[in-house]
Amino acid sequence: MSIYLTKDSKIIVQGITGGMGAKHTALMLDSGAQIVGGVNARKAGTTVTHPDHEGNDVTLPVYATVKEAMAETGADVSVLFVPPAFTKDAAIEAIDAEMPLIVVITEGVPVQDTAEVFAYLQGKKTRMIGPNCPGIITPEESLAGITPHTITGKGPIGLVSKSGTLTYQMMYELKDLGFSTAIGIGGDPIVGTTHIDALEAFEQDPETEVIVMIGEIGGDAEERAAAYIAEYVTKPVVGYVAGFTAPEGKTMGHAGAIVSGSAGTAQAKKEALEAVGVRVGKTPSETAQIVREIMQG
Amino acid sequence: MDLFEYQARDVFEKHGVPVLRGIVATTPEEAEAAARELLPADGGVVVVKAQVKTGGRGKAGGVKIARSAEEARERATEILGMDIKGHTVHRVMIAEGAAIAEEYYFSVLLDRSERRYLAMCSVEGGMEIEQLAVERPEALARVAVDPLVGIDEAKAREIVETAGFAEELRQPVADVIRTLWTVFTAEDATLVEVNPLVRTEDGSIVALDGKVTLDDNASEVRHPEHAELEDAQATDPLEAKAKAHGLNYVKLDGEVGIIGNGAGLVMSTLDVVAYAGEAHGGVKPANFLDIGGGANAQVMADGLDVILHDPQVKSVFVNVFGGITACDEVAKGIVGALEILGDEATKPLVVRLDGNNVELGRKILADANHPLVTLAETMDGGADKAAELANA
Repeated sequence: MSIYLTKDSKIIVQGITGGMGAKHTALMLDSGAQIVGGVNARKAGTTVTHPDHEGNDVTLPVYATVKEAMAETGADVSVLFVPPAFTKDAAIEAIDAEMPLIVVITEGVPVQDTAEVFAYLQGKKTRMIGPNCPGIITPEESLAGITPHTITGKGPIGLVSKSGTLTYQMMYELKDLGFSTAIGIGGDPIVGTTHIDALEAFEQDPETEVIVMIGEIGGDAEERAAAYIAEYVTKPVVGYVAGFTAPEGKTMGHAGAIVSGSAGTAQAKKEALEAVGVRVGKTPSETAQIVREIMQG
Repeated sequence: MDLFEYQARDVFEKHGVPVLRGIVATTPEEAEAAARELLPADGGVVVVKAQVKTGGRGKAGGVKIARSAEEARERATEILGMDIKGHTVHRVMIAEGAAIAEEYYFSVLLDRSERRYLAMCSVEGGMEIEQLAVERPEALARVAVDPLVGIDEAKAREIVETAGFAEELRQPVADVIRTLWTVFTAEDATLVEVNPLVRTEDGSIVALDGKVTLDDNASEVRHPEHAELEDAQATDPLEAKAKAHGLNYVKLDGEVGIIGNGAGLVMSTLDVVAYAGEAHGGVKPANFLDIGGGANAQVMADGLDVILHDPQVKSVFVNVFGGITACDEVAKGIVGALEILGDEATKPLVVRLDGNNVELGRKILADANHPLVTLAETMDGGADKAAELANA
């Protein structure tokens, strides 16, 4: 088991013919993921070819629309590598096609566009991960995104993080233990899937024995996750928060400070997590050490 | 990006928000000329307002009334150069005076937690809004705004009714709120705040002060005109240089230069270096520099160029986990940058590489055998070594 993504997931790529799209389609195929096609209205009817993990060439059809791609391939995941100016329309197209999972890798999406997409999602059948995220990997089964599949294999740890490279670092620190699923939810002000969503899914996943939650400064997602953990999560959760010494980001307006109800500092997040019994590592290596201690009972 | 009040005023005016006339001045002479233009022939006043991106300027003496152009000049002389909470005043705005009958508050902003927008409104404006929110939360109306619907006529009515405006004020205030919503969407803002929104004695509703935060992503994607709003004066020269290279760089106060890939890992690296520094004379990170995903040799060289020119830097820690970024590209960038810099490069570099093409990357550095470069096996070990070298 795993969360959101399994070996049976059939993945299409929106933006399969672009630079990033082509590069990561090849890497996803190399990981063994089932990539079944792509979408680009202007190149519909053409194909792209990349080697799979056994070195055999795979020829992927390019469709005009997400709806057509789903009808032809039975795809249930779409990974978006479209430029930020077009991300909103591409996401809405996938939502209208009732794509079960969309993973938006694109960085730099205007936040009002994401706000509209998230509002549009309500009551629909789609889950969105991202934007501005590394995506999701279920090691040795599937990869929808840009996480390197070579870091580590399958194991009992579930990981949720805002940050891509910190996800990689943590997977590397714990590569001997392995991961059920690692999900990068993205660091934008609005994301489709939150720490809480991932915690809920990991709690229900029988293969996940311990959950690592990586946060960083800004917003109050970690504080909310702490409250959720206290009430609903029975599995051990280990936390890490980056940004204790980071400069204050963009100055929040007065109104912003009222809404979040928290300074958004790393210290506040650490304290909120520790208050509900989550052990929080000071560094990635110390966090990994805590996970080991828990695994060894 | 946060706007200055005068920039917010201009943006408000562009979208039909009622504002008073205002002219920005950078010298007392300009302030005098501006006041001459704005002062009515039959007397009246202008207000000289410090332009700083922080609150509490009134209390700090950054807002003063002048009854003549000469007086405006004197007040501007006092205010220009003043320090308000660490911000030096480089500009003042000379604004028309207004006969204020009442002060209100309005803002609309991105509500991260609820993943939509939030409008806040009060008939008790003027004071510190955080204080109002804490002391009399019932006096601050909070109304959720659906991003797909926005503040339409019905939502604007809901806001003014919830805030408790008298019946005769509801329509005129709602009309102004809708123009502020236009500012929020047309400019891709994450915050539009008016404090105070006033009713003048002649019955007009006017935005007397404005705070606007723009979404940088949107400015990049669809608002090339926003580039003009950037405050060149506030930008550190090294930050300006990094920006010209397209690098995400923030100058800090320490001695260990930091380069990494991905905002999360770089933030984590700052923390780890700061902890390591505790054992090495309290050295701290000198900067935040994220070379981003998929960085190539040139980007790495540009990053090093910026950091090695920071006179505060005593050592540099390059911490890269190659996900998309290939470690051999990073290594080539380091070697290339050191070649270009030649004798200018005098600071030791500690390099930790892992991930994509790590063996090749380490080999490139080992073969180059540059006297300034030390290879580290782990993030913690590299941080410790860099801190030690900065304290040498």
